[in-house]
Order: sequence, then structure tokens, then C-alpha cells
Amino acid sequence: MARSPFSPAFWRSPVRGPWLTSVLGLVLLGGITLLFVTGLLSYAAYNPDLSPVNDKTPGKGLLGFYLFAWPTDPHWLYRLTQGVHVTLGITLIPVLLAKLWSVVPKLFALPPARSVAHALERISLLLLVGGGLFEFVTGVLNVQLDYLFPGSFYPLHFYGAWIFFAAFAAHAVLKTPAALRNLRQLREEERDELTSPAPDAPTVSRRGALGLVGGGSLLLFATTVGQDFDGLRWTALFAPHGRRDPGTGPGGFQINKTAAYAGIHPAETGEEAWRLVVTGRTGTVRLSRAELLQLPLHSAALPIACVEGWSTSDQWWRGVRLRDLAALVGYDADPPDVFVQSLQRHGSFRRAALRANQVADPRSLLALSVNGADLTPDHGHPARIIVPAAPGVLNTKWVARLTFGDL
Amino acid sequence: MRPRTVIGSPLRILLLTCTFALAAYAGLRLFDGDWFGIALWIVGAALLHDLVLLPLYAAADRALISVAGRERVMYVRVPAALSLLLLLVWFPLIGGQVAARYTAATGLSADGYLARWLLVTAALFGGSALLFVLRRTRRPRWARGTRGLRRATKERPPVVH
Repeated sequence: MARSPFSPAFWRSPVRGPWLTSVLGLVLLGGITLLFVTGLLSYAAYNPDLSPVNDKTPGKGLLGFYLFAWPTDPHWLYRLTQGVHVTLGITLIPVLLAKLWSVVPKLFALPPARSVAHALERISLLLLVGGGLFEFVTGVLNVQLDYLFPGSFYPLHFYGAWIFFAAFAAHAVLKTPAALRNLRQLREEERDELTSPAPDAPTVSRRGALGLVGGGSLLLFATTVGQDFDGLRWTALFAPHGRRDPGTGPGGFQINKTAAYAGIHPAETGEEAWRLVVTGRTGTVRLSRAELLQLPLHSAALPIACVEGWSTSDQWWRGVRLRDLAALVGYDADPPDVFVQSLQRHGSFRRAALRANQVADPRSLLALSVNGADLTPDHGHPARIIVPAAPGVLNTKWVARLTFGDL
Repeated sequence: MRPRTVIGSPLRILLLTCTFALAAYAGLRLFDGDWFGIALWIVGAALLHDLVLLPLYAAADRALISVAGRERVMYVRVPAALSLLLLLVWFPLIGGQVAARYTAATGLSADGYLARWLLVTAALFGGSALLFVLRRTRRPRWARGTRGLRRATKERPPVVH
């Protein structure tokens, strides 16, 4: 029996081989491509090119080449793209682990390099494996609020994704033709350097092993996806926003950050203390909550959708249209961008910018109530922003100041 | 040896050069902060997986085969793998290490995760045991202990001589 992993006979699993690796590789080709695209969309959804306060990676340079004005239609757009990003990422973990297991003999293949090209390819595999694991680990930790990683999540996950994708794209170009050939021939007995030269007696067929991987993915999916639907939330046994809502009644739905966590003091939000300061072309207007309630009120059914991948079903918000507030300060026909400031003293999105197309949408509100009751402190009382299709953190809570005008 | 085999495919070199150029462009921005910590995480993730996690679970699987036997190993391997997978993904919540921040931020209780993981683990092993018993009792006595081996042999790839 070979004792050294550098000897091909050391690897004895009869399940390893080109068929299994090709199936797993093609699943990851589709899955990781979708993860990368939805990840880039999530970055665009923040409108990072609108204002520095929306951009956690201001040094992005050419990596922001594709940015565009994030639309407000369909109103569930971010809920879909980010729900897919996080749920799919979690679902793919068993496939990633199985793929790495299936090719591990290659890590020890000798000679270390057969040519310059081969040497470069092996170095790129460090970026592929290290970068891929880095992306999955930072993502999984971030959705559980476990900020162990060395820095802020946004730059780590964004730049890390580009490093991973650089290696992933080359790997896909080099390996996909062979993977497709392996599957088209549909010969499970095909052999290559992954096939053990001295296999143990099998304990499971290749299809059985693939079934275990698929079962793991199914288990993770089934216990996660419910955190994106109020009616299915009870099925999400392990997802961070699964099982149940934090409260009952009209304001009982999911919360990203509570008022206490954000450092909001009840003394600042009382009827006497709180004033909304609206600034624009014609000057500044100060409004109490009672005065806001005298303005024309409108309704919109919109979800909360978080970058962490959870969301609520549509909630019934009621408040003043942002474009009506813009009209109060001199923007009657041409709603501009708006700079929103919260009472929050800390937190990376206590200030946020919304683009003109978001301000102009009739469903974009400064909400005062939800589901027929006043906002609760945890949902942003006295007033919060709600904009269709925008990421949750741009729906600023405990709004103190709105500054309309080009940013 | 001709130089061509030493250098390898020029197209492959060109493609990988593009990879390294893009990775360097992003890397300069990534390593702008705690560069040592970040490099440690990326390289460490690959090494930890390939040289620690994978050998550990492969050794555990071997030990399992020697204890349970080839025929019965799947009845333990499947529930164990699924249970450990859940633990691997959700260990911050199951282990309770983020409980204080999680509850303060979301208003949700962090208490149920460990209990739910234990219950799901129990259900997986219980279901597997039930399946094992059902399959055993439905088979005639003379065939017990041979079917699993026969089927595995049938699906085993033919040996190429």
C-alpha cells in the first residue's frame, strides 16, 4: 500500500474519476457564474457611483465598469437577485467541497510542473481554491453576523470575488471542453489520472456519491430558502432570519438592526423632539410628524430585502411620497437625487443617497406607518424611507434629514 | 527535449497571464488593508481545506468503514455527513458564538439553533436506522449480508487490464 500522497496508488477511492469531476465541475460552472453575476448586480444596486456614502469600495477603478442606474421595477428585483445569490451560494457548498475532494490527488501530482504553462496553471489554482473558499467563508460568516474576517466585508468580498473569478474563468476555459466531452460520451468507466490505479472495493456507486452531494445541497436549500418568504419562514430551520418573526402584529416582521442596536434614544424620536429637516432649491423646511401626516399620504406594497439574503414578503407601507417632499423645497416637476441622514450615530449606512429615478417613483415613500399601524421603533419610527427594488440598507430608518439636489 | 514541451501551449500562457493581471489589479485593492491577514486567510483557506479538513474527514470515513463494514457504512455515512455539513455552515449560530450580537441586532432569539441541529441529527440517524431495519427484514434470510456487496460489485467500474 502506498504511504505517500505523491504516489497515485495512495488514492484508493473507486468513486474518483473524470465522470464525477466533470458533473460537479459543470454544476459549479453554471452556479458560480450565477453567483458572480448576482454579486455584481448587488453592488450595482447600491448605486455606488452616485455618492461616496453608498460606496464601500471607492478604489474599485475599472472593476466598476458595468455600473448602471439601479431600476425600481420590478419592485422585487433586489429581493430576487440577492435571495438567489445567498441561497444559491449556501446550496453550492456541498458541490464545492465534493469537487475539491474529487481532484485532491492532483494537488500532489508529480512532477510539480511539466511546462511553464502547467506551472502557471498550478499557481492559478491557488487563487481558484483559496479565492473560492475565501468568498464562501466570508459570505457564510457575514450572513451570520460573525465578523471574524480581517477587514470590512464589502471590500473583502468584492475584490476577493474578482480574484476568484479571474482564476475561475481561466479554469473554465481550460477544462470545460474536456468536461463536456466526458459527459457526452456518457462512459462512467472512462479513466484518467484521477482514477485510482489500485481502488478499494466500492462502498457506494458514483451515482450514489453524487446523490449524497445532491442530498446535502437539498438539505441546505430546504432549510434556508424559507427566510425569503413570510409564509415559508418556519421551514428555514438554520437560516439566520428563519423560523419566526421577531414580533407579532403589524410591525412584527423581520428586522435588520433594532433601534437599541443602532443607538436610537426614545427621547430623540418623541413628538416634541423630532423634526424632519428637508432642504432643497428653495431653502429648508422643518416638519413635525403631525405636519407630515397632514400631507397627502400614499400606499405602496413593498418588501424589505437585505444584502444578507433574507427578505420579507410585501408589507403595506403608508407615508408621504419622496417626490412630494422634493416639491416642497422647489423641485416641482423634476425630482432630483436625495441625500438621506438618519438619527443613527454609528453603522455604515446611517447616511445614504437615492438616485432621481428612485425619488421620482410614486411608490417611493417616507413611510410613517406599515400594515395599518404606526411604525415601531425597530422599523424606523418616526419615519423611514421605503423604495421599490432597493437593498434594505438604502431604506434608511429613523430619518432626520433629507437634502434634495444633485449629489 | 524540444523547448516547446518545456514552455507549453502559448495560448494557455496568454490566458493565465490575463488571469494574473486581473487578479493583481483586484489584489492591489484587496490588500490595501490588513494585507497580511487577508493573504493568510486566502492561502490559509486552501491549505486548511486541503491539508487538514479533507484528510480529517477521509480518515474518519476510513475508520467508519472498518467499524461499520462496507455493506452498512452508508447508513452511518449519510446522516453523519449531512449533520456535519449543517454544523460546518451554521457553526456560528449553532455554537452560540454570535448569540449576543445576533439577538441585539435582529430581535430574534439565538437559543434554538443548537437544539434544532441536534434534533435534525437525531432525525437523520433515526431515519437511517429505520431504513436499515426495514431493508433487512424485507430480505430473505439467505440473502442477508450479500445484496449490498453484489450490487456494489455490479456497479463497480470494470477493471482495465
